[in-house]
Amino acid sequence: MAEAAAVDTGAPRSPRSPRELFAVFNRMSLQGFGGVLPVAQHELVERERWMTREQFVEMLALAQVLPGPNIVNLALMFGDRHFGLRGALAALAGLLTVPGIIVLALAALYGEFAHLPRVAGALRGMGAVAAGLVIATALRLWPTLRGNPLGRHASALVGAAAFVAVGLLRWPMWWVVGGLGMAAVAAAWWRLGRR
Amino acid sequence: MSAAVALVWSDWLGLFAHFLVLSLLAVGGAITMAPEMNRYLVGDRGWLTDAQFTASVALAQAAPGPNILFVAVLGWNVAGLPGALAAMAGILLPSTTLAIAAARWGAARREHRFVRAFHAGMAPLSLGLLLATGWVLAEPSRGSLAAMALVVATVAIMARTRLSPIWMIAAGAALGALGLA
Repeated sequence: MAEAAAVDTGAPRSPRSPRELFAVFNRMSLQGFGGVLPVAQHELVERERWMTREQFVEMLALAQVLPGPNIVNLALMFGDRHFGLRGALAALAGLLTVPGIIVLALAALYGEFAHLPRVAGALRGMGAVAAGLVIATALRLWPTLRGNPLGRHASALVGAAAFVAVGLLRWPMWWVVGGLGMAAVAAAWWRLGRR
Repeated sequence: MSAAVALVWSDWLGLFAHFLVLSLLAVGGAITMAPEMNRYLVGDRGWLTDAQFTASVALAQAAPGPNILFVAVLGWNVAGLPGALAAMAGILLPSTTLAIAAARWGAARREHRFVRAFHAGMAPLSLGLLLATGWVLAEPSRGSLAAMALVVATVAIMARTRLSPIWMIAAGAALGALGLA
């Protein structure tokens, strides 16, 4: 795919080049402490407006049920959609290169500062915020279920059941995706056929 | 933490192959495979101690970037930079290939009833899983009232504003360093 040939995805704007993809994914990755997904939602949907909320949820759903880290899968899919393999690799490199260097530098220095109480305290505070950010992202995306073919109540029920199964009961992801996920897909298939 | 073990070529291959196999099993992120990595690196091979293993995971979660980078730290602690590259290549190659293939397959059949049903059925599941991830990440905070207050305040602020998440992280780090989390 040529760099100039922007893909029409229905989003307000599109990335102009693999280089720009690298820059934006690099920027979001460097802000992603304790998880990049909340930052990705902020950067892709609200700041760059490369995706609508609905498109983000759609891509996230596929990224989550495939093996591998959600954010890595999302970056690959997004990059591939716009610039093919080159785009996928640019987004992936943006996500991993600089943060990878930083984390390895930290690993080399780790012994020096791990015991400092202020460092431990700061990590605890960041951990609490990181948890809150992920929960807030889920809540923010929840309204996209309104247009879901399953219907508003049924889709809210599926979401709640997934939360209980994985978050509270700690069932393995495989079971939940295979059981609940496939049941929800089957129900959606049936609903789509009746229209 | 630095490279401590001298590896021969069959060890490199073993390290790479181990992560290669885990890649396709890691639905829900590589962290779900941490117990298996621990068994192999600490138990089977004796390349790392338990404390090194745990510290590697914690370090990657505290640093910016995807949590998958803990695999790079594990590889680094086994065998320096080549170890980090071998481990990351192993964990990424299969899942990356599959993700691109699946995305293309789905994009070419966007209007198919199955693809639409898949998106419709998986979307709510996916948001439920995201909530569950947040819940699990909040686990260490549940022992402290101040940390829980920080979780709740973050949710309240971020669900309503378009503030960049980095400001909340900075505030969390500052409050934590002052002993308030």
